Amino acid sequence: MSNLDSLNSITMSALDWVHLFIHFIELSFLAVGGAISAAPDMHRYLVVENHLLTEAQFSSSITLAQVAPGPNVLFVPLMGWNIGLNSAGGIQAGWGAWGWGLFGAILCMISIMLPSSVMMYKVSQWGHKNSQLTSVRAFKSGLAPIVIGLMISTGWLLQKGQHIESSNTSMVMSWSLTALSALLVWKTRIHLLWLLGLGALLGALGIF
Amino acid sequence: MPFLPTNAHPPQDGHTKPGPKSKADLFFSFSVLALQGFGGVLAVVQRELVEKKKWLTNEEFVEQWSIAQILPGPNVVNLGVLIGQRSFGVSGALAAVAGLVTFPLIILLIIAAFYTGVSDQLWIQSGLRGMNSVVAGLVIASALKLASTLSKNPLGSFWSALIAILTFASVAMLHIPLLYVLFVIGGASCLIAYRKTVIQDKLGSFASAKESAR
Repeated sequence: MSNLDSLNSITMSALDWVHLFIHFIELSFLAVGGAISAAPDMHRYLVVENHLLTEAQFSSSITLAQVAPGPNVLFVPLMGWNIGLNSAGGIQAGWGAWGWGLFGAILCMISIMLPSSVMMYKVSQWGHKNSQLTSVRAFKSGLAPIVIGLMISTGWLLQKGQHIESSNTSMVMSWSLTALSALLVWKTRIHLLWLLGLGALLGALGIF
Repeated sequence: MPFLPTNAHPPQDGHTKPGPKSKADLFFSFSVLALQGFGGVLAVVQRELVEKKKWLTNEEFVEQWSIAQILPGPNVVNLGVLIGQRSFGVSGALAAVAGLVTFPLIILLIIAAFYTGVSDQLWIQSGLRGMNSVVAGLVIASALKLASTLSKNPLGSFWSALIAILTFASVAMLHIPLLYVLFVIGGASCLIAYRKTVIQDKLGSFASAKESAR
């Protein structure tokens, strides 16, 4: 058994929670193309620099949120949930840990959604009246390739994040599965659940 | 006068088509929508809001979706804010967003709690790793689908590709914080797009002026 997912015990002071809250507020303003665009930056902040989450907790948050029904942004409250659990000594610590998990989830959800929603609200009020302005059109066109670059980065980091302890063969298999599913989703109308099921099956059978 | 900017989107009075009946209607409609969204919601949103509920026409949907996509924030949450705001103001926006996240979050936390309990099982870990590889592919595929819209971008394919690759390199390879990437590469990209849009507009109005002079 690898220690990939072993609990990462951390201490979170009130100030650490405030920093986390502020960081996600900032990211909310920057998350063009969805919260997933901010995932690489969350990875830098949460995993690389502050060790609030393990590599495995980070990837599994994104994957579970993607597998479960609902908006993909819910990976953010799920990360908050994990941070809360880590700070309380893991899920086995009992109800206190659940409370901290819930606190982390709600804190992260509010901070990632509130600023962008308020901004959207204001823009919606401003209406479509100005959609013909050159500056508005230039802004839209200018950001389009950035959104695409960020999404590819997210896919890339998700894929790379899981190879800390993998052998070369399993890495090749895993990249092939990523390439295959990208190709199928891009070019066909196959239902995503089939692909997720295939990934789960191949994984559980020990292909990787 | 052939090239007066026509107002393609007259302000909507909200009486021409069925909108959400109440805030509860908004809340539950968005809940139903969210609970069907496995992996991605775009197809579900279009089917529910345009085809079933008829709250929006296809054209309105495309336009609102692009606004929801361009502004920062989760696209479907932004769309909820937009539609909620049009019908019931602040409380409408709150109802739509609450509908989108409440039930899915409860389900997700239950799944996560189970997952934490079994996450030391090797086959669960490797199963999830398999799904993770697929999810990485899904995200890349969505990017590739969106990339086809770049052919209509005033930036042109050379600049679009260059900017997308630079973004990828800075974020995925060099781990530069998103803030700097957006300000530097995003700023430059918007400036180039502004220049190109101005030029295109000039060419466009020049062409139509010649047309009308005939």
